[in-house]
Amino acid sequence: MKKRSNAPFFWLMFGAGGMLSALLGTALVFITGLATPLGMVLKPDFMAYGRMMAFAHNFIGKGFVFVVIALFAWHAAHRIFHSLHDVGIHNGTVAKLLCYGSALVMTVVAAYSLLRIGF
Amino acid sequence: MKPQSNESGVRRNPPYVRPMAGWWTRNPFFVRYMVREVTAVAVWIYALVLTFGVVRLSQGEAAWNGWLDAMKSPASIVLHLVLLLGMVLHVHSWFEIMPKTMAPIIVGGERVSAERIQRTGWTVAVVVTVLALALAVWSQS
Repeated sequence: MKKRSNAPFFWLMFGAGGMLSALLGTALVFITGLATPLGMVLKPDFMAYGRMMAFAHNFIGKGFVFVVIALFAWHAAHRIFHSLHDVGIHNGTVAKLLCYGSALVMTVVAAYSLLRIGF
Repeated sequence: MKPQSNESGVRRNPPYVRPMAGWWTRNPFFVRYMVREVTAVAVWIYALVLTFGVVRLSQGEAAWNGWLDAMKSPASIVLHLVLLLGMVLHVHSWFEIMPKTMAPIIVGGERVSAERIQRTGWTVAVVVTVLALALAVWSQS
C-alpha cells in the first residue's frame, strides 16, 4: 500500500491555527501582554493566581488554553518551515524536526502543565 | 572572482550566480511578502510566552507571580507591542489570502467576490476581538 502523506495533518493545524490566531490573537496579546501588566482597561489583578487557577481548573478554560497554545504553535511552525527557503536556509529534515518539533514540545509541555494543575 | 582554468587549460570566468542575499528588499511586493511571513514568528513567540505561563502556573503561586512580574518588564511590554502589530498584520494577510485558499462559494449562481470574503473576515475578527475584551472586562466587574 502506498504510504499516506502526512501533509494534510500539518495543513489542518496550519489552517485551524491561522484562523484562531487571526480571530483571537490580537485580543489575547493585548489582554495578557499589555492590558493586564499595565493595568489599563483591565485591573492589574485580572490574571491574579486565584483567578487563573480557577480558569485553568475549569474544563472549558483548560481546553481553551491548550487549544490556543497548540494551534498557534503548529500554525507558526508550519509557516516558518515553509519560509526558511526564502531566507536561504535549506528546508530539509533538520529544519523540519526543529520547526515541527518546537510545536510538539509546546503542545506536550502545555498539556502536561495543564494536567498537573488538575481538574 | 578570478578567472579559473578548466581541464583543457582554457581560462574561463566562473559561471555567474545571481546573488540571492537580501532578494526581498528589491521589490515592495517581496517586502510585503516577507512582512507577512514574519508574522508567523510573532505567533510562534506568543505561543512560547503562553507555554511558559502555563508551566509557571502549574508550579504554584510564587512561580506564577514571577511570570506576571516578567510580563510587566519594559522589555516584555515592547515585545508585546511588536507582537500586537504582528497579530494585526496577520489578520490582514490571513483574510487577504483567504479568497485564494478556500474553495469558491457560489451564491445565487455567482461566485462570492474576494472583497466580500475579506470584508466578512475582518468583520468577524473585529467582532470576536471586541467580544473577548468585553468578556474580560465583564469578568472583573
